[in-house]
Amino acid sequence: MSINTQITEMKDTRSGFGAGLLEAGKKNKDVVALCADLTGSLKMDAFQKEFSQRFFQVGIAEANMMGMAAGLASGGKIPFTGTFANFSTGRVYDQIRQSIAYSNKNVKICASHAGLTLGEDGATHQILEDIGLMKMLPGMTVINPCDYNQTKAATLAILEHNGPVYLRFGRPKWPVFTPADQKFEIGKAWHIQQGTDVSIFATGHLVWEAVKAVEMLSAEGISVDLINIHTIKPLDEEAIIKSISKTGCAVSAEEHNRIGGLGDSIAQVLSKNIPAPLEYVAVNDTFGESGTPEELLVKYGLTAKDIVAAAKKAIGRK
Amino acid sequence: MFELAKLIKHICPMFSSTVTDIKELKDIATQVRRDIVRMVHAVQSGHPGGSLGCADYFTALYFNIMNHDPQHFTIEGHGEDIFILSNGHISPALYSVLARNGYFPIHELATFRKLNSRLQGHPATMEHLPGIRVATGSLGQGLSFATGIALQKKLDNDPSIVYVNLGDGELQEGQNWEAIMYAAHNKVDNLIATVDFNKQQIDGSTVDIMGFENLKNKFEAFGWFVMEMDGNNMEQILQTMKEAKTKVGMQKPIVVIMKTEMGAGVDFMMGSHKWHGIPPNDQQLEAALAQLPETLGDY
Repeated sequence: MSINTQITEMKDTRSGFGAGLLEAGKKNKDVVALCADLTGSLKMDAFQKEFSQRFFQVGIAEANMMGMAAGLASGGKIPFTGTFANFSTGRVYDQIRQSIAYSNKNVKICASHAGLTLGEDGATHQILEDIGLMKMLPGMTVINPCDYNQTKAATLAILEHNGPVYLRFGRPKWPVFTPADQKFEIGKAWHIQQGTDVSIFATGHLVWEAVKAVEMLSAEGISVDLINIHTIKPLDEEAIIKSISKTGCAVSAEEHNRIGGLGDSIAQVLSKNIPAPLEYVAVNDTFGESGTPEELLVKYGLTAKDIVAAAKKAIGRK
Repeated sequence: MFELAKLIKHICPMFSSTVTDIKELKDIATQVRRDIVRMVHAVQSGHPGGSLGCADYFTALYFNIMNHDPQHFTIEGHGEDIFILSNGHISPALYSVLARNGYFPIHELATFRKLNSRLQGHPATMEHLPGIRVATGSLGQGLSFATGIALQKKLDNDPSIVYVNLGDGELQEGQNWEAIMYAAHNKVDNLIATVDFNKQQIDGSTVDIMGFENLKNKFEAFGWFVMEMDGNNMEQILQTMKEAKTKVGMQKPIVVIMKTEMGAGVDFMMGSHKWHGIPPNDQQLEAALAQLPETLGDY
């Protein structure tokens, strides 16, 4: 699978979810959707219109939404819940832990507006801890796709997976650079480019920043092994070990707190299997703030330039 | 009577036989109380007070009120009535009733709260205990879950009823009121909730901690059908629940406020919150069992 670096199209990943959900509803009559008063923001309108009997507007009551989703799943339905990442995780952690994860219910927790790039709403809504919260739950699958096409493909892939899933995506329009017809394999990292000097493991919106970083590093003669870790749990350990055995050092890139996110998952794999220098591109254990997505990525050190600097630092530590 | 029950099961193996004889139901409830006290004593932990208070209702539910299939348990429960115990800490009462009803072997009650048991301190699904469909006991979550099942049954045109039991102290959890609002607004009328109104919680009387004056009015104001019954009176339980069933399908969720006595059936455990989560010692066990004659044989 190859990527398109000559970007002409910008689309939000949440719209990829909305398109995937509609298709999932057409494919399987057991698909139901629940939303906590954010139908437009989550792009669930099309599903609501097409399958009004299978859509549940729960109002601003996320705890009840998670419990109801667990009940619907218990009876054999495949519920997709929709709200912001913040209200999909931290606000309802115990409901997810008890009624969904521990009770092994087939609920798809679909979360938009994750990370800093939701922008102007500020830190109250910019959750940077959700990957950590969700990956710590036994049995939970955690997925953070990188663009519109991958989010749509991931939404359809989790329909076929039996078990609880956390699907994380975002608000802003973002370059569409992965193929529309891609096959999404849960737990299988996507090797975007082969290289030998440094591995870059990126997830979510920062995969595009990593693609730009690769171009900048290539111009300086640095060869990058670029891997899109769209599934943070279960983590494709084999792909990580294989890459590090070629390059000997790595950078992780994510729109999340440096504590508890993708970087820490990779660090565990490295320390256990193949110790190597790892540099984190992540938010440095702080809350965000209001601003445009672009301004926030610059201020909090999550741009292509930051990935380039981290790559050079990792190479220097070899 | 039990021979007759066996015969009915033989003819109609899909569903639990119904016990209609009041004395027989009371005898089962007495054995359930023996089980509860012995289980909690054996492991020196658990919640006897609320369990004893709900022994009569749970017996009536599983042996008379619900249409369900103990022999072929599935998580999905299609075509069956479903019961969810939201206040999961009174698991001894549920486990005893499930075992006595044929969901799993009676001798397994001896493993309650022990390592490698399917009978976890609070009900859970991980160990695949027949009769349990969700982990409960982190209070406030059962009503939402039951509402979800009720919606699934509506989507599937399954006319069965979903029952859920809530503790009164548990109603202090806000999630309940989200679910209470949802169920009324969306006319979830295949749902019958009971509130175990024993007016006690761990730290004391609910009146002192966070009272529920006019609970009936509260539910009515939210748009529910509200009924009341004495949850330790078998005749009244059967009569009230029969009437509650007639309200199914009438555009409103149903709640039965069930007055119970915490510790009911064991005189020294009644009327106080102190037996909420304390096991009896050897002498207390003996004194309790002396008040509860063995009716079905101990596990």
